[in-house]
Amino acid sequence: MSEHVLSTKLYYGIWIALMVLTVVTARIAFIDLGPFNTVVALVIATCKALLVVLFFMHVKYASEKLVKMVIVASIFWLLLLLLLSLADYGTRYARHG
Amino acid sequence: MSDSTATSGHGPELLHHFSTAEQQRDAASLGMWLFLGTEIMFFGGMFCAYLIYRLWYFNEFAAGSRSLDIWLGTINTIVLICSSLTVALGVRAAQMGKRKLLVTLLVLTIIFGVAFLGIKGVEWYAKYKEHHIPGASFDASDLIRDYPQIHIDPAHEQIYFSLYFAMTGLHALHMIIGVGMFTYLLYHSMKGRYGPEYYTPIEIGGLYWHFVDVVWIYLFPLLYLIDRKPLG
Amino acid sequence: MATAVITPERENYLNQEYGIKSWLLTVDHKRIALLYLVSITFFFFIGGFFALLIRLELLTPAGDLVQADTYNKLFTMHGQVMVFFFLIPSIPAVLGNFLVPLMIGAKDLAFPRINLLSWYLYITAGVLMLHCICTGGVDTGWTFYTPFSTAFSNTKVVEAGVAIFIAGFSSILTGLNFVVTIHRMRAPGMTWSRLPLFIWAHYATSVIQLLGTPVLAITLLLVVFERVFHLGIFDPTRGGDPLLFQHLFWFYSHPAVYIMILPAMAVESEVVACFTRKRIFGYNFVAMSSIAIAVFGFLVWAHHMFVAGISLYSALIFSALSYLVAVPSAIKVFNWTATMYKGSITFTTPMLYAFGFIGLFTMGGLTGLFLAALGIDVHVTDTYFIIAHFHYIMVGGAVMGYLGGLHFWWPKISGRMYPEWLGKFAALIVFLGFNLTFFPQFILGYMGMPRRYWQYPPEFQVLNVLSTAGSTILAVGYVLPMIYFLWSMRYGKPAPDNPWNAAGLEWKTSSPPPTFNFDQPPVVNFEAYDYEHIPEVEEVPVV
Repeated sequence: MSEHVLSTKLYYGIWIALMVLTVVTARIAFIDLGPFNTVVALVIATCKALLVVLFFMHVKYASEKLVKMVIVASIFWLLLLLLLSLADYGTRYARHG
Repeated sequence: MSDSTATSGHGPELLHHFSTAEQQRDAASLGMWLFLGTEIMFFGGMFCAYLIYRLWYFNEFAAGSRSLDIWLGTINTIVLICSSLTVALGVRAAQMGKRKLLVTLLVLTIIFGVAFLGIKGVEWYAKYKEHHIPGASFDASDLIRDYPQIHIDPAHEQIYFSLYFAMTGLHALHMIIGVGMFTYLLYHSMKGRYGPEYYTPIEIGGLYWHFVDVVWIYLFPLLYLIDRKPLG
Repeated sequence: MATAVITPERENYLNQEYGIKSWLLTVDHKRIALLYLVSITFFFFIGGFFALLIRLELLTPAGDLVQADTYNKLFTMHGQVMVFFFLIPSIPAVLGNFLVPLMIGAKDLAFPRINLLSWYLYITAGVLMLHCICTGGVDTGWTFYTPFSTAFSNTKVVEAGVAIFIAGFSSILTGLNFVVTIHRMRAPGMTWSRLPLFIWAHYATSVIQLLGTPVLAITLLLVVFERVFHLGIFDPTRGGDPLLFQHLFWFYSHPAVYIMILPAMAVESEVVACFTRKRIFGYNFVAMSSIAIAVFGFLVWAHHMFVAGISLYSALIFSALSYLVAVPSAIKVFNWTATMYKGSITFTTPMLYAFGFIGLFTMGGLTGLFLAALGIDVHVTDTYFIIAHFHYIMVGGAVMGYLGGLHFWWPKISGRMYPEWLGKFAALIVFLGFNLTFFPQFILGYMGMPRRYWQYPPEFQVLNVLSTAGSTILAVGYVLPMIYFLWSMRYGKPAPDNPWNAAGLEWKTSSPPPTFNFDQPPVVNFEAYDYEHIPEVEEVPVV
């Protein structure tokens, strides 16, 4: 959160980038990349999310680190939930589906 | 989010327990960011369920994903991105005291939001017609017929659609709340309440809206693009 | 700052405005704290009522007081009411709400209206819960395990789930308020290293509330969706995994126990410092261990699931992590004890509770280490050993911390002194009653008596009778403070600004404080617990 007034050019530029990435991710889904389809889709999604968070939500221009820490901490905690759960699910013997 | 009386963009009276307007603004902003952190964990629980079941039932997830309309999904993603643009431009308009522009942008944002919900409704209705709503009337035989190359267990297919409805439903609920919030902001913008001295509610409303957009940015590939490779 | 200065009845937050509207529509954090005090006391006695029924049933080996189904409802609702409507809010919503702004030199919390909203959410949840209890109750255990809760239970799971969901929202908003307040509203000169450890511990608690409660919320919501909309997320017949529910549930519910104990540790630091007249030994360690408990507490949840069917490898990982989480708690116990060494100790009522806390929390915590060992856990899981373990921490720890804090700050909150001799007497009753209730349960559990059973083999009867006897004594110990606190509000000796000659900003304003807390906004140029600059207490005020 800042007093920074960003230029409309920057906002439109980010908007174009987001649209392009959306089209790319939809098109790439139809190309067989094996297991990398998922990786590519998530990478693109993360790029889009970063653009929204850094520019539309002004995090890039935040005057203090606290906001960034809140975001990083929340994502880190979510990853804790996902990864430690996988510690169980990834090591069970029974395989499903 | 609302504060005490204000006139034509000259900020509210400073709430009694804050010493400066900047402290009040910083507090509101931090408060909204912390709330968004809780929302990450709230949606996160469902992402955890999604992760586990996608690993277990990939075929059923892939089939279910293919049954979603990729055009509508992509259009909806674009609609939300456009709405994020209008929100960001709206915050900027408020910062610069451009009341009419702010009002226009808020109206556009609401229109985009309602459009998203409308398209979502169309998609859900399609799922209803195809008997893909989990429960007694669920029927995955169309998927089994359409994808003979992969083995689909109809019971497990219900897990995919349970998650589909839970995740898009919760997201839609957040959109509805967002549209309500922005209607409130629109009303007060029309009365000239926000300007360079005081635009905090627009800013933190915007943060909420962008967050809901980010959730969709992840939901789109995870629900619609699981496996769209051409089948051999 | 002499001990005996008594200020005449000035305008304060209690007498500033009268009438029911001034209370129900207040945004003053101190009044909201009192609103919470009344409501959580109410729920404490509801939960306690269920506990007494349980203990009555367990007087005899046969199931002769209630039917088995009813018994399931009794322990379920005892757990739900006590955890969600008493323990989780207790210290933060009463003492935290009252003291956080005072201790940091602020006029109120960052969001006073959201504070009031928190209370209304709590009341809404409470009313819904009461309705659920009165119209049939729930029998799933407070843990709501699937698929029983989603597919087989015929009781009011949805209503209870929604009630707890709303209560969770109340908890999240309180945590949010505290974090923003502590970051943004400290008085000039109040740096992080000058904060009372009470604030550090409440900050850590709030972080847990913010990050953990939403996961409980979504989990309960998914259970409700499964019952209402027939979604199949936890349904084994559709390929759902009941263990997924447990992972999601315990991801919150383990850190929840730290929500319950950290505030009691907060009280402990303040009380020990005051009644040993010393700065808490190892301030930095105690502050950092609060944060460490909040973080590590999220890494251990599956130790509640060792026998549920998780993989052995994950069990090993969670076992190791569970040993780790004990370290910061132990650091705190060592530091409080080290504070007492060569301190000048006065055995006031709050200090008696503080002693009780250290001993009982240590016992509860150490038995947790036994449980972290897989081999032992397999033997005693789902027995009374577990029940004893968590009651030592939650009752011997958290409730004693709460009572100690109530006594310590009662003069500040009410402007009156409670009767000291009665306070000491009640503290001893609580301590004796508690140990008689719960120590036999360790033995029962080790001998194999399962939990949540409404009848048991006759060889367990003697210990059960001892436990029930203890619970009645404990009940007396809890009722006494309620009576004499109420009595003191009318007839208690008027309290001076600082009856204990304690350090801390809250003692530098009147008892009770004015509505906006301080006549002059404070400026802080002293460290926390600067007891070397505060004269000794000559005598403790006695009624």
